[in-house]
Amino acid sequence: MTTTPSEGVGLGMPQLPAPDYPDDVRARLEGDAREIIARYPDSRSALLPLLHLVQAEEGHVTRTGMRFCADVLGLTTAEVTAVATFYSMYRRRPSGDYQVGVCTNTLCAVMGGDAIFETLQEHLGVGNGETTDDGKVTLEHIECNAACDFAPVVMVNWEFFDNQTPGSATRLVDDLRAGRPVAPTRGARLCTFKDTARILAGFPDERPGAVEESGSAGAASLVGLRLAKGEAAPARVVHPRDGGPHDPQERAVHEPSPSEHLSSHDAPQDTSASDPAHPAGPAAEEGE
Amino acid sequence: MTLAPEVKDTSPEKLLAPVLSAFWDEDASWTLDVYRRHEGYEGLRKALAMSPDEVIAYVKESGLRGRGGAGFPTGMKWQFIPQGDGKPHYLVVNADESEPGTCKDIPLLFANPHSLIEGIVIACYAIRSSHAFIYLRGEVVPVLRRLHEAVREAYDAGFLGENILGSGLDLQLTVHAGAGAYICGEETALLDSLEGRRGQPRLRPPFPAVAGLYACPTVVNNVESIASVPAILQRGKEWFRSMGSEKSPGFTLYSLSGHVASPGQYEAPLGITLRQLLDMSGGMRPGHRLKFWTPGGSSTPMFTEEHLDVPLDYEGVGAAGSMLGTKALQCFDETTCVVRAVTRWTEFYAHESCGKCTPCREGTYWLVQLLRDIEAGKGTLSDLDKLNDIADNINGKSFCALGDGAASPIFSSLKYFREEYEQHINGRGCPFDPAKSTVWADKPAEVNA
Repeated sequence: MTTTPSEGVGLGMPQLPAPDYPDDVRARLEGDAREIIARYPDSRSALLPLLHLVQAEEGHVTRTGMRFCADVLGLTTAEVTAVATFYSMYRRRPSGDYQVGVCTNTLCAVMGGDAIFETLQEHLGVGNGETTDDGKVTLEHIECNAACDFAPVVMVNWEFFDNQTPGSATRLVDDLRAGRPVAPTRGARLCTFKDTARILAGFPDERPGAVEESGSAGAASLVGLRLAKGEAAPARVVHPRDGGPHDPQERAVHEPSPSEHLSSHDAPQDTSASDPAHPAGPAAEEGE
Repeated sequence: MTLAPEVKDTSPEKLLAPVLSAFWDEDASWTLDVYRRHEGYEGLRKALAMSPDEVIAYVKESGLRGRGGAGFPTGMKWQFIPQGDGKPHYLVVNADESEPGTCKDIPLLFANPHSLIEGIVIACYAIRSSHAFIYLRGEVVPVLRRLHEAVREAYDAGFLGENILGSGLDLQLTVHAGAGAYICGEETALLDSLEGRRGQPRLRPPFPAVAGLYACPTVVNNVESIASVPAILQRGKEWFRSMGSEKSPGFTLYSLSGHVASPGQYEAPLGITLRQLLDMSGGMRPGHRLKFWTPGGSSTPMFTEEHLDVPLDYEGVGAAGSMLGTKALQCFDETTCVVRAVTRWTEFYAHESCGKCTPCREGTYWLVQLLRDIEAGKGTLSDLDKLNDIADNINGKSFCALGDGAASPIFSSLKYFREEYEQHINGRGCPFDPAKSTVWADKPAEVNA
């Protein structure tokens, strides 16, 4: 598929073996590999995490990376290639620092994912799987990511950006390209794609506070619990989607603080604000 | 059977039963401290005071059934593990939640990972396993982060590792991130993947209980199934059986999504209806009507408005012609084109077919070609029979259930919405405006869509 017409189908010399990593890189990766292999009763089980590991090294799975995996596991490069090409999270060519994935499976697509994906393609001038010229953003459409109650969903380096609109997603990629900090609705402040791949290889995120970020649960995860506790009458159920960014003007002048992304906090706030005739809570008592 | 007058009580406090989700609204709900404040790891102490066989019998008597889709009794799965065979036994938790519409295990693991870890320790004690795995889909790094942390906490507190709580039980737990393949949610494909291979289903028998991971006896359970075990041990099987029905006892997570006023997680006794869930949560979005919905993800035959009162348990949904599946209640209103929805699901199945079995690999490809033509107004009426025919040639004719799942939306949409397919064909195009289905369609301040 990737051969250009002038190359045709190559019937001549097979490719030479991939070059090895430089000695220092190889020594470091071998240390990591030993740690990964030790987690499993059978070393071959380490192959998927090892592929994440070599992806963390170079940003995609190279022939060098696959050769490394084959070496440490005693497999052939053909065996490793067969596995690496089966799974969609392993990239096979260089890509951007931020992978922006728009869910276009049925539910998200219908709720607006298709429109978001179209808008982003137009805005960034790239198609599916392509990277912006500055090397920052690789745009992809992705399959269902188990967040349907937060639809439409966009993932950046596999952190959740819930309840998106074309406007909010456009601002998101602009912020990413400009190097402005962005906070996921569920997940930790973004690291690069390479750093993400290292977590996937099984090495915990060492950044202080990363595990805590974005709070215990997203707003939609709590709607049933709140109802069961009698905290929200049916008529006043908080609309999680109303907590999302809708108005480009408002968002443009207002840079949200991290605490505003703690989605578990916005339900009571929205409830009282949506019913000004009956202000609730201590603020009203003090005001009277 | 008599219907007592009190069943008319439709208050959410009566109808819902938060157990796993009971403290997700607390600060740091995912930490060991908070979990222990809510009786965390108390079920484990009770289990360790019993013999392993007694634990298996207890879980079996509770009536807990698999929450991953098939509904197989969990205790029975444990009982199938041959004991005294001299081989290592393994527990593998299927956290590869990828079925379109399904979104219960991910929020559960994000907010309350210790319920799973405690369940794993209990299960491993019962089946005599000293090594367990959590196979988590890779695309959910926030959850992976919390699982890493929760497992570390559990080791530090002595709930994992050697001689757990002085019981003599040794247990190693490995968190394993997948790499993007829906098929790995199928238990035998998951095992191949965990062995470092392409995720392709195995022929059964032998079943994993006899020859699973590394050809050793293996239990593969869904996240929610295992996470439900500690509460059963702690509060008792009678408490568990007091919810739901005789054959479908207990509580479970229902995930409401789509064109509803309040999408989200609703934990309730098995057997609640979609009407009850919608009534308590504000219904469909204002001004719209329910058109079609799935009871348990896209692989379960779709329902319509006429099924609003079907009890959402294994028997109720089955009797109405679908499957409870993962309880992923995706609700679509009258603005949604059913042909578009089914085409997109079918594209998903074609993309995710592992390619092993010809009927599924080839069949899903041709279904996509036909559906795209029909959606674009280029189909013929004979294509509808052809769709049915191809789906019939996939259904039940492959190693695993992916092919059956691909056939489900085809059969059920043709059953309930054949006219809409014909409209696309006769009208030479789709009569729906996709802009009307979006979340922001009815908002006064339109965003630049």
